[in-house]
Formats: sequence, structure tokens, C-alpha cells
Amino acid sequence: MLRNAWVIPALPVLSFVLILFFGKRLPGKGHELGLAAVGGALVLSVVALVQWVDRPADFEVPPAGEHAAATAGEGEHAAEEGEHAGEEHAEEGAATDDHADDEASTTTAATEEEHAGDEPATTVAAAGDESLSEDERADAEVAAEEAAAGEEAVAAEDEHADEAGVAASAEDEEGGHGAEAAAGEEEHHAEPIRRPVEREVVWFSSGDVEIKAGTRMDGMAVILVFTVCLISFLVHVFSTNYMHDDRRYTHYFAALSLFTAGMLIMVTASNTLQLLFGWEMMGLCSFMLIGHWWEEKNNSDAALKAFLTTRTGDIGLLVGISILFVAAGNTFDIAAINDAALSGAIGRTALVAAAAALLCAVIGKSAQFPLHTWLPDAMAGPTPVSALIHAATMVVAGVYLVARLYGVFWEGFDIGAGGINPVALAGGVTVLIAAALAFVQSDIKKVLAYSTVSQLGYMVMALGVGAWTAGLFHLFTHAMFKGLLFLGAGSVSHAVHSFDMKKEMGGLKQHMPTTFKTFVIGSLALAGLFPLAGFWSKDEILLGASANGYQLFLVVGLIGAFMTAAYMTRCVYLTFFGEYRGHGHPHESPPAITVPLVVLAAFSVGAGLLNAPGIALFSEWTEGATTIAAGVEHHDFSIGVALLGSLMGLAGIGAGYAYYWRNLGPHRLTERSGAALSGYRILENKYWLDRLYTDMVVGGIKGPVARGAYWVNQRIIDGVVNAVGIGSRAVAQFTYDVVDQKLVDGVVNGTGVGAEEGGSALSVLQTGRVQQYAAFLFGGVVLLGGALVLFA
Amino acid sequence: MYLNQFLFLAAFLFCVGVYGVLARRNGVLVLMSVELILNAVNVNLIAFGAFHETVVGQVFALFVIAIAAAEVGVGLAIVLLIYRNKHSIDLTEVDLMKG
Repeated sequence: MLRNAWVIPALPVLSFVLILFFGKRLPGKGHELGLAAVGGALVLSVVALVQWVDRPADFEVPPAGEHAAATAGEGEHAAEEGEHAGEEHAEEGAATDDHADDEASTTTAATEEEHAGDEPATTVAAAGDESLSEDERADAEVAAEEAAAGEEAVAAEDEHADEAGVAASAEDEEGGHGAEAAAGEEEHHAEPIRRPVEREVVWFSSGDVEIKAGTRMDGMAVILVFTVCLISFLVHVFSTNYMHDDRRYTHYFAALSLFTAGMLIMVTASNTLQLLFGWEMMGLCSFMLIGHWWEEKNNSDAALKAFLTTRTGDIGLLVGISILFVAAGNTFDIAAINDAALSGAIGRTALVAAAAALLCAVIGKSAQFPLHTWLPDAMAGPTPVSALIHAATMVVAGVYLVARLYGVFWEGFDIGAGGINPVALAGGVTVLIAAALAFVQSDIKKVLAYSTVSQLGYMVMALGVGAWTAGLFHLFTHAMFKGLLFLGAGSVSHAVHSFDMKKEMGGLKQHMPTTFKTFVIGSLALAGLFPLAGFWSKDEILLGASANGYQLFLVVGLIGAFMTAAYMTRCVYLTFFGEYRGHGHPHESPPAITVPLVVLAAFSVGAGLLNAPGIALFSEWTEGATTIAAGVEHHDFSIGVALLGSLMGLAGIGAGYAYYWRNLGPHRLTERSGAALSGYRILENKYWLDRLYTDMVVGGIKGPVARGAYWVNQRIIDGVVNAVGIGSRAVAQFTYDVVDQKLVDGVVNGTGVGAEEGGSALSVLQTGRVQQYAAFLFGGVVLLGGALVLFA
Repeated sequence: MYLNQFLFLAAFLFCVGVYGVLARRNGVLVLMSVELILNAVNVNLIAFGAFHETVVGQVFALFVIAIAAAEVGVGLAIVLLIYRNKHSIDLTEVDLMKG
């Protein structure tokens, strides 16, 4: 599955096309196709995840210093060759591994022996290939390339003899873990990782440059593919009920499929060009989905805003990719770019420029300050869309970009050095600014939107402070609980037909018990309470910030944790506690809506344990060559930081509890204090950023541009058009007057007149007198005869 | 044998013939003048034939005489018809083909 990872994005693409063509004729109006495709992709992603986990970790990457030394001078060539050969073998090994795994899962212990007896070839091949890749590694270390082929063959046979003696069941186990154990026994300076599975085809080539298309499955990609498929599948299930009577139900599912496909293409991409393709696909689909109810102008405006704002950042992506393409030696390959950046092959200036340009893209797509304004407006789309866009897919694309091209950011912004760098700064500012805005929203989805912006800030900040794994881990856990919260908000709105917490909600605890329970679990996970998912990921970020020398961002993170807990408490209170303020009778949602909530709630509880201290599976799975080569540090769990983070979360919840339940604290402060009121006004107007963009930036550009365009239109374009017109007219007049009237007509008339005049002149000669004719004849003969006599 | 006497005679006959054809108005006389021209040619042919001691000249002269007879036959018939229509054989009056 890892080698055939292209199937996973291909499924939703296929379902997109099929839904568009046949959706309306199907009994479910197309949702069955979407469900089947994304469900299939989910199953395949689980298979991929399992295979990745079973994959032997036999690939070593020297850390930063040694890496640079190895790639310098002549060693470079040998190392490259070794890598190449090793990859091929590893792929073969993976293929046969799969086979072995399948057998192990489908047959019992008794039949396994039979298998081993009947088909010794397959198991031997698996064992042989494993030994090859181990051997390969040893070869690479001693740099004895030339003898590789021969030794491999011998080793394979040896292995064959050894393995044959062992019991069949043991053999199968060996297929999964033998190599790991063997690798552990040997002494190495670095911990081996799983080798990424690459598969590429040449898309087209131009001169020496080969543009490839392919997949690169490593831990990060596998985890993200799983996350995206899971959230997308649950959103599909949720939508079948939530969007049931929608007039564009079929198109909605088509767009949902394409959106999922875009994200999957992006995360599996092996090169930046393909990444860009998926990235832009999502931009397009977000436009379609946010503006799904385009009959209302607000919604289509929001869709346009999301599209244009992210587009502003996308310029940076294009520029960054172009710079990296040239600087890394005419390649779009992500691994090659990272290697080039880390080994110093890319110049300092180009690296900083590329990192800055890419950061622009991240700020646009991942809604970082100051381009975050599109995300809250994007709540105009249907709620499941919000869950998909803002939990698992589009907005984390920016975070994924940073994590993917981490070498570029690491070197470009000196992330390892501590202090302050642009990535961490963008994230840190976003954390606080967005969290503050979440306090003044009365729309439940807007609260979640600002919360998302704030959490994205966390992720970017984590990557900025060098806590790569923590950033990615937070992305993973956040997808679970934020997807849960959005779907919960959707469930609430399904009951009360509104998103307004202050006017239409309150007291829903009794009416919607399942939604209430799951929503509280999501909120607590978001607030970072032990032992829910958010606790572990947030703790890792704080730990990374404190241990990597980013004390400032530790403080930012702690304040953010406090604010997150407090605004989520407010949100839960306003929605589920107190008196019901709406009208009608709210009721619990049907299973199509509550089941996804329960599933996500389970993940919100359990996902964090994946990287809990002592388990740390997540970092083992995801960390790849780039992070190791860069020298991203691991830090041991610190009880102090964990306590501090939890305390801030508890304090936030406590503050919210005291304010809303116990009615303590400065209520009606805005009416008494001018400073508080002006602070509230700032938040209410979202720091006037929208005003800044629409009036000053857009208005300031629009006026002169429009005037300039008008001037250009009137003077230059019209001038050119008029000049062309006048010129054409003059040429035509000349042609008519001179060429046509005089020349052509002259020739025609002249021919006629000439013929007529000639005829009448000659007719004088035709007297009808025979004798005269005879005289002419005679005269002519005389003349001819004379000429003959004279000249012949 | 002297050739030039025959040539002079032929030239004289030819000139008389040409004059007759161009100057006379009577159609019969014009036909007769044509005969003079043809006979001038005959004299030349026979003279050259005798001069070169060959019969070719005489053969050609016989052809000319035969065709001249036919020509006169046709010509006199035309003149007769003109006379029937116009009661005149003055060629200057026959200008129906005037352009």
C-alpha cells in the first residue's frame, strides 16, 4: 500500500467525477459514492499506517554535523549511489513484506507452516531482501560500494540457509521485527528510522530537468493521510443527515470529494510542484464549499474573501518554490531540497528569501496573523465543511508545508539558535490575538473559528521553536477535537436552527445529552486537560519552547493555554448551561450526526496517549531524515512544564466557571470602565483589520488603480484602437480611391475603351471593296518581299 | 538560252495583271487580269524549268492552268449572280461587307 499510495488520492478524485456524472441519478443522490470512496481511502490509509508501523527501521541518517561532512567532497558521490541502491532494495523488501503480512493475517498458525513448506520462495525472498537492506547499510558505512552486489548475493544465501531451519511462525515474525531487533543489536551512533517509500514517474522532461510526479510516503504523510481520511469520512457521514434537504446536495458531495483529494495529493506529494497542485485544488474547493449557499451575498463574499486572501499568500508559495527550484539545482524534489538546505548547498540569501516567501504562503493558508481574517468569515459555509476545512485539511496545509520543507525553514530562519524568529513570531502573535477575539463572539462557530486560528498559531509556533514533532502532533490531535467541536456545533445548530449562542441557545444540556458530553470532551481536550489529547500535544510544544531557548514563546503558550480554556468554558456555558433562550423544542440529533461525534470524542481522549512519555510512538513513526539531519532535539517529559500548562488550563476553566456559574468577577465592566469598553470595541471590530484591508489597502489600491486603468483605457487602449481605426480607414480610402477606382477600374475601362476605339478606327479600313483589299494584300506582299530581299 | 527575256515578259504580264486587278471596275476584266497574273507565273515556271532542264516547271504550270480554269468558272458564276441582283458588274458598287 505504501508503494501504491497514489490510489488513496485517486479514489476521491474518481468519486468526484462519478458524482458529477451520475450522482443525481443515484438513490442517495451521490453521497454513497462519496462515502464509498472516502471510506475506501480510510481503509487503505489504515493499511498504509499499519504497514508503516511494521516497516523495519533500518535507515540511518547522520545528524547535522556528520551529514555535512559526508556530503562534502568525494564522499557525496558514493553516498548518493549507496542511497539509491538501498532505496531500491528497501522497496522490494517492502513489497514482499506486504505479502508476508497478508499471509500472516489471513492464515492460522497451522496453515502458516504449510505455506512455508509450499512456498519457500516468497518467505525466503522476504528474508533475503531484508538481509540485503541491512547489508546495504553496512556497505554504505564502510563505503565499499564495488563489492556490494556479490556480497549481497552471498548474504542472501546464508540467510536462506539460516532461516530455513527456524520455525515458520518465527519466520513471519522476523518479517516484521527481525530487522529492527538486528539493527538494535548493532552499535550505531544514530537511531535508525524507517525509510520513506518513494515512487515516481517522469511526468515530462525539459532539457536536463525531469519533472516527476509521485508519492513519498513517510511517517508524516501516513499519519496525515489517515487523519484526513478519518475526518473526511466522518464529515461525509455527518453531511448525509445535516445537508439532507439541500438543493445542491450532489454538488456538495462532489466538492467534498475533490477537497479531500486535494489534501491527500498534497500530503503524499514527493515534490513541491505536486504539493502546489494539491494546495491550489484545496483553494478552489474551499471557494466552492464556503460559497455553497451563494444565494446570500454574505456567503459568496466570504468565499471570495477566503479565496483571495489565501491567494495573496500563495504568491509567496510560487515564489518560494521557484527560488528553491533554482537554488537546489533544478529540482522540485522535497527530499533533495531539504538535503540541499541542510548541507549548505543553497546560498544563505536564497534560503532566507525562499523561507520568507514560503512563510507568506503559510500565513495565508494557515490563517496566521495578519491574514487570518478569512477564516472566521469562512464560517459562512455549511458546518461540516467548516469541520473539514478548519480541522483536518486546508488550514493545516500551511503547517504541513513548514513541516515538509523544514530544512529550508530551519536553516533559513536559524530555528535551532533560539531567541526570536519569524515563524515562531507569526505563530505566537496569532495564538494570543485570535484567542482574545474568541471571547467576544456570540456565534458558536466564530468562537471555534478563532480557536482554530489560535491553535494553528500554536502549531506554527511549535515548528518555529524547533519542536517539529510537537507541532505535527498538535496538528494530529487538534484535527480530532476541533473536528469534534465543529461537528458538535453543527449538531447544536441542527437542533436550534441558529449559531447564536446568546440569543438562541443555553440549557441544551438536558435536550442533547450526547452532543453535550462529546462537546465537553472536545472542549476539555482543547483546553489541554490531563489526560486528553490536547494535554500531551500542548505540553510538548511548551516543553520544546522552554528547552530550545524560546522562553518568550513559553510565556505566550501559557497565556494562550489560559485563554483557550477560558473561552471554551464560556462557549460551553452559553450553549449548554443556564436557561434555554431560543424557541421551539430542541432535540438530540439522529445517529448519522451523533456517531461521528462519539468516534471523534474517543479519538480526542485517546489520541494523545500515542506520544505520551514512555510510549512515544508518534515521534518514532513520524520523524524522518530531515528532522534528524537538522538535529531537532528531543526533550524528556518535564513534570514542571506539564504542571504549569495544566495549571493555566485549569485556571482558565476556573475563571470561566467563577464568572459564569458563580457570577463572580467584574460583570458589566464595559459599562463602567472606559478602558475596558475601548478594549471591547477593539476586539469587537477585530482590530479593525477588515477595515484596514477593505478600506485602506483595497480602497487605497482600488482608487488609483481604477483611475490609472481608466486613463490607460481612455488614452492608451482607446488611442491605439482609434489610431488603428483611423489608420485603417485612411488605408481603405487610399485603396478605394487610387488602387480600386483608378488602377483596377482604369485597366478594366481602358481595355474596353481601347477595344472600342481600336475597332472603330480599324472599321474605316473595312470598306467592303475587294480591290482595296487586294491592294492592301499586294502592298503587304511587296513589303514582305522587300524585307526578304533586304534582310535575308 | 537566255532566261531574262522570259522573265521580262513575265514581269510585264504580271504588272499588267496587277494593274487590271486593282484599277478596273468591270468584274469580268478583273477576272481576266487575274488570268494574266497566273499566266505570268506560268511563263516563269516553264522558263525556269527549261533553264534547269527539268519538267517540274511544266508540271506546276499544268496544275496552275487547271486551277485557274476552276477559279475562272467560280469567278464568272459570282459575277453573273452579281449582275442578276444589281444589273451591273461594277465592283465598286459591291460593298455589302463594308464595316
